Amino acid sequence: MSSTREQLLRREQPPWLFAAALATTLPHVLQQPWWLSLFGGLLFAMAAWLWYEDRRLPGRWLMLLLAVAGILSILAEFRSLLGREAGVATLVLFMAMKLLEMRSHRDAMVVILLGYFLLLTHYFHSQDIPTGLWLLFAMWIVTAAQIRLHAATLSPRENLQQAASLAIQAVPFMLVLYLLFPRISGPLWGLPEDAFTGRSGLSDSMAPGSIANLVQRGDIAFRVRFDEAAPARQQLYWRGPVLESFDGQTWRPSARRGGREKIVESGPRIAYETTLEPHGQRWLLALDAPVALPAGSSTDGRLTVSATRPVESRQRHRLFAAPAYLFNDDEAAASIDENLRLPSGSNPQTRSLALDWQRQAKQPLDIVARALSHFREEAFHYTLQPPLLGRDSMDDFLFRTRRGFCEHYAAAFVVLMRNAGIPARVVTGYQGGELNPRDGYLVVRQSDAHAWAEVWIAGRGWLRVDPTAAVAPERIERGIVDALPQGEPLPAFLQVRGDWLRDLRYRWEALNNAWNQHVLGYDGQRQRDFLARFGFDADWRTLAIALSLACALVLLAVCIWALRQHSRPAPALRLWHRAQRRIGVHCAPGETPLAFVTRLRATDPALADRFEPVVRHFLLARYAPQNKTSLAALAAAVNRLPRRRIA
Amino acid sequence: MPALQALQQRLFGWRDDGLAPVRLDRRRIFILPSRSGLLFALTLVVMLLAAINYNLALGHALVFLLAGLGLVGMVHSFRNLHGLRIAPGHCRPVFAGDTAEFTLLIENDRPASRHGLVFQAEPGRSTTTAVGAREQIRVGIPVSAPQRGWLPLPRVVLSTRYPLGLFTAWSYLQPGMRCLVYPAPLFEPLPAGAPSAEGSGSAGGQEDFAGFRQRQASDSLRHVAWKASARDDASRPLLVKQFAGGSDSRLELAWSATDPALDDETRLSIMTGWVLAATAEQQSFSLRLPDRLIADGSGSAHGERCLEALALFRP
Repeated sequence: MSSTREQLLRREQPPWLFAAALATTLPHVLQQPWWLSLFGGLLFAMAAWLWYEDRRLPGRWLMLLLAVAGILSILAEFRSLLGREAGVATLVLFMAMKLLEMRSHRDAMVVILLGYFLLLTHYFHSQDIPTGLWLLFAMWIVTAAQIRLHAATLSPRENLQQAASLAIQAVPFMLVLYLLFPRISGPLWGLPEDAFTGRSGLSDSMAPGSIANLVQRGDIAFRVRFDEAAPARQQLYWRGPVLESFDGQTWRPSARRGGREKIVESGPRIAYETTLEPHGQRWLLALDAPVALPAGSSTDGRLTVSATRPVESRQRHRLFAAPAYLFNDDEAAASIDENLRLPSGSNPQTRSLALDWQRQAKQPLDIVARALSHFREEAFHYTLQPPLLGRDSMDDFLFRTRRGFCEHYAAAFVVLMRNAGIPARVVTGYQGGELNPRDGYLVVRQSDAHAWAEVWIAGRGWLRVDPTAAVAPERIERGIVDALPQGEPLPAFLQVRGDWLRDLRYRWEALNNAWNQHVLGYDGQRQRDFLARFGFDADWRTLAIALSLACALVLLAVCIWALRQHSRPAPALRLWHRAQRRIGVHCAPGETPLAFVTRLRATDPALADRFEPVVRHFLLARYAPQNKTSLAALAAAVNRLPRRRIA
Repeated sequence: MPALQALQQRLFGWRDDGLAPVRLDRRRIFILPSRSGLLFALTLVVMLLAAINYNLALGHALVFLLAGLGLVGMVHSFRNLHGLRIAPGHCRPVFAGDTAEFTLLIENDRPASRHGLVFQAEPGRSTTTAVGAREQIRVGIPVSAPQRGWLPLPRVVLSTRYPLGLFTAWSYLQPGMRCLVYPAPLFEPLPAGAPSAEGSGSAGGQEDFAGFRQRQASDSLRHVAWKASARDDASRPLLVKQFAGGSDSRLELAWSATDPALDDETRLSIMTGWVLAATAEQQSFSLRLPDRLIADGSGSAHGERCLEALALFRP
């Protein structure tokens, strides 16, 4: 069927393809290296100019040169052509180059298919609602360009309408496939190293300033839905990595393997579900103290819940917490030993202060109380912009600058405790969260990142102590915005205090959450639950049958709608054909109705007399359609005709 | 071939459509993915793998939407042909070596236009057109006419890739149309005027009108001056026109006047050239073929009659 001759593009077609190329590559400008945007932009401008001036496209050698230059630059930038970012960059380059050799239909189809593929690559960066909407728009443009290739006679408006109409008819198929297509959870093959970039979240070490930097981001870290009412804010300590090893500047997790965990619960558990945004680390954030872990996760002897693989996609977890607990009152000697260790000879002032307290105290808890009151009563400040600290950082902080963020207080507190002979360690994670009244989800952001301390007291086990609460109680009670003085560099939207603006933000976030939970979060598990609701097992066979049936039904519906809608001929014409069938004589091709009746008169004048009114009314009904009565008159005239004669 | 055709007729109810208008229904329309369609499907598979591998929920949605788009495109390609009425038109005679143009009448009674209809009767020669909503148009289908005689319209393929180019829907049209192909003209000097074989000496020449006389039984009806006769009383005998000029100047284009050494087709071509030249000069002439004689006459209708005789002549 296909003609072997290549069909060349007509003059009005390339602008549609330019639009398609632009719509699919433009958002990548935000992500890719600037030189690639510039290079692509230049190629695009060149293609558009050549089209405008109606000039010949560049020859093969120039294209080869450009391609080699582009690919070498990508190689220099990414050291590969195949990684995620490099792959996208290569596709963008191909798209821009293809515009410069767009001669035939086949070239144009390549642009269209590249465009569809490029749409997919936008989801590497974001899958939120605005991205989805933009991509619907871009897909509309690409489809319109595709239609333009096969219909030169459409007006631009009809062209866009047709594209929209086709896309809307495709939506039922998308819904059916989305619900019923068997979901396989990836990855299918090894992901390139740069598969996940631009993740923010806690890191597995803590130096002065690391959490303060994180706090300045407003990204959502995770969302929580409690089965019952949310616990009080002061209880919302979301436990992340525990840092036990200190080198004088930086806190790191211990290299020692964790021992067993013994938790004695008292009081009811809190049940909740978290939806964790990807952060590229293995730990899951759980409310203190996590009990009854979800499948596929484990703890490390320090109550940090970890998954088997880094969290690279949004994950839901069902978790339980015991708010009142006794944790490892019989801690192993190795652990106690490690949690007393300090770099020798460092922070002498801090050491002598701690030793002072130790001498005066009757029991370890007195030292803890003494330290907290020290922070509370001396002139300590809670700020995101602390001064830099010297080599003996804790001495500097405690006796000189006295300005710091949670990591400073947690670190200083732990150093004081270890000097005073109390095993202590730093716990990082998040504290608090914001309850969205629109959907009842608690939203925990990077700005809620926090560091606190744990001390081990014989017979009491590990106890949580939050020195920040002594310095800035508002931080724990109301959140970071209220705790920090005005003018601190927090994300602007967090500082919005206007009620209606806040409400708008709640609505937007609730919408996003619903999108995440129900649309993006529709995975294999949800698919099984969905089918189970209709009493089906979600094995692949059931899915395949359900999918085929549903697709066939939708296809049938589209067919009926598309084919039956207007399949009847114009009413006047239908009556005219019926009139001919009725008398058994047919109007010859090319014969006008008047000529037909003349011919009829030659053979059968009586019949011609009776046929004459049919012709008159048919001509009126067909060619003066504004006259509505003529159609009825035609129908009446046809009905008066004699039945088919027997030949 | 005949067996295949018989099978096709049994299966699909195919036949030569004759002169009746044809309505394209689902039994007459075929549809298959085009090469672009296969490429599109391949792209979707790769996209689906990428979406699964990177766990992109919206990637899945995009792939599924595009798959739906492909299916909808299939339905609409089919719809673009479905219900179209096609009736044979006419075809003007052409000379051998030219291109005959068969006219088909295409009627779209749907209140939506149809685009990208490609008519093709010969490889490499297609006509692309569109029909507006509730509109009837004529489409000329070019067919090369290499030989004189009747040229039947070969099977016409009506195909479309509209709207997305992913599927090709097509239908075979076989209207019983034929086109008369005159021999290719070869222009050589007209033969010298020869005495008419039919000529009674009394018949005047035809160049200059000289008056009327009463018709005699031997006069050809062709020479009756109908208008002049009708002007007067009906009971009068018919009048014939009389022309001045010698009877020896009457032009006869005879097969025998061409060089017998030439092959038949060349001789016919020469005669065609003569007919054209004589018609162009508005000369009166008769045509004599071995098996047929066309009496004296002039004008384009006479010329066409002679050309038809030449086209259909069997030596």
